[in-house]
Amino acid sequence: MADFNAEKPMIQVKNLAKSFGPKRAVDGVSFNVEIGEVLGFLGPNGAGKSTTMRMITGFIPPTEGTVVVGGFDILNNPIQVKKIIGYLPENAPAYADMSVHSFLDFVAELRGLRGEEKKKAVSRVIEMCFLESVVNQSIDTLSKGFRHRTCFAQSIIHDPPVLVLDEPTDGLDPNQKHEVRTLIKRMGEKKAIIFSTHILEEVESACTRAIIIDRGKIVANGTPNELKRMSELAGTVILKVRNIPAEEVVQKVKELSCVKRASIISTDGGPACLRVYPQQNITNGELARAVGELAIQQQWRVEELHTDEGRLDEVFRNITLPDTTQEVSR
Amino acid sequence: MNGLSTFISNIWTITKRELGGYFTSPVAYVFIVMFLLLTGLFTFMIGSILERGEASLFWFFYWHPWLYLILVPAIGMGVWAEERRLGTIELLLTMPITTWQAIVGKFIAAWIFLGAALFLTFPVVLTVNYLGNPDNGVILCAYIGSFLLGGSYLAISTMTSAMTRNQVVSLIISVVICLFLILAGFPPITDLIQNYVPQIIVDIVASFSVIPHFDGFKRGILDLRDIIFFLSIIVFGLFATSLIIRNLRAGH
Repeated sequence: MADFNAEKPMIQVKNLAKSFGPKRAVDGVSFNVEIGEVLGFLGPNGAGKSTTMRMITGFIPPTEGTVVVGGFDILNNPIQVKKIIGYLPENAPAYADMSVHSFLDFVAELRGLRGEEKKKAVSRVIEMCFLESVVNQSIDTLSKGFRHRTCFAQSIIHDPPVLVLDEPTDGLDPNQKHEVRTLIKRMGEKKAIIFSTHILEEVESACTRAIIIDRGKIVANGTPNELKRMSELAGTVILKVRNIPAEEVVQKVKELSCVKRASIISTDGGPACLRVYPQQNITNGELARAVGELAIQQQWRVEELHTDEGRLDEVFRNITLPDTTQEVSR
Repeated sequence: MNGLSTFISNIWTITKRELGGYFTSPVAYVFIVMFLLLTGLFTFMIGSILERGEASLFWFFYWHPWLYLILVPAIGMGVWAEERRLGTIELLLTMPITTWQAIVGKFIAAWIFLGAALFLTFPVVLTVNYLGNPDNGVILCAYIGSFLLGGSYLAISTMTSAMTRNQVVSLIISVVICLFLILAGFPPITDLIQNYVPQIIVDIVASFSVIPHFDGFKRGILDLRDIIFFLSIIVFGLFATSLIIRNLRAGH
């Protein structure tokens, strides 16, 4: 692989927009991805994730804006850009009539690999994606997991510095999901990776940064922890106490100066479980410490006490919910 | 690799894959058997070549424009429609190749396949050579014409194939277009419309037809104008395919 200018981000998406008729599928999206970054691309269905990825990989031309990958502009130099990108399209398409091996061989050839080099590349990805058992099987006879991994293998066959993966774990079972996630994370150390997903825990486990996109616009951009902190629940304290009525605990907790309010999550016969909301400008941990001291003083039988880091799904819902109901399906 | 050799090797990679696709699918064998049966039927039964006592394949080639009418769109219908249906078009067109290379590679593969089917009609050549003394130059010339004719239909079929993700729709549209290309110059039809419109219009419409251009080849006349006619239909068809695919990607 050629050396790329280390000072510039590997992928620069500049004010990218795409209209389908009157509908603005992607509306002025800009972001950068550097080598060593794994960018999670989140958003409700139809938010413009796939359209953005298709523009980055040069499948569809943007209406406005452009993408620069490895210093090459997709509008002026599409072939150069395509050379350094590996792409897993949505639904992992592959030629059904080919065997896994001949399909990978075909892609390697299109990627300009020949002879010994090609052989090596093909057997490397077969090993990496655990395809040994199905190499000679025709793709239309494969299970969804194998088909998915075959298409994934295709995307990394030329060891590209940039990977664009559209829902790489879609349709896989939990073990396979875990494998793919681990693979992405490992490869992310030396590559610039963008992947889209619906699964929020995936973002937390594999991404160094996440972007949430809604109706064609970026609505959040940050590390998973930064995003989580946007949650209303971030910084609240969960307290579980046995053998004391929940109302009584709430009463006591509310008397603390650093507590804004407290609410009961559940009692149902078991321990009293409540969520304590901090006052503004309370530093991390202070609330939990105060509640803990109170519990000792009151001699409560505490079963659980922890500070909630916030939940991505809650942040996700808050930013994207308002009017996705009118979303047009494409 | 320099530009030209990359260009050629990309096309060849696509062509190889497509050819592999043809010969691993049962449809291809059904096609070849159908083609051979129908050419045999038209030549020996309807064309009654044996009773004529002429050592020529004129009546063998006479039916080719009609045979190709159904069979060639059947080869071409899946070329792009399948890619669209399976979504592999997205994979193919994000490879470091140009759309034009993909179009040409796929077309060449389909044309080679058609050529293979045509080649398998060789027993009919052996038959006339056994029975008499035909002019083999005329026969060769007619084969070239037939191959070009099939190529023209094929370019139109790949064009209609890019228009839709449904192979049957593609088949129907290309049959209609190819039928026009036959009928526009088919004597029974031109004689009929001559009664209603001026001769000049009949001539202009007829000049779009494949029939008069194929006629020369059948009689053993290798006319550059006829060759250019068929090649320009092919170029037109492939060019239109590239426009359709470009529009498709732009999402209009």
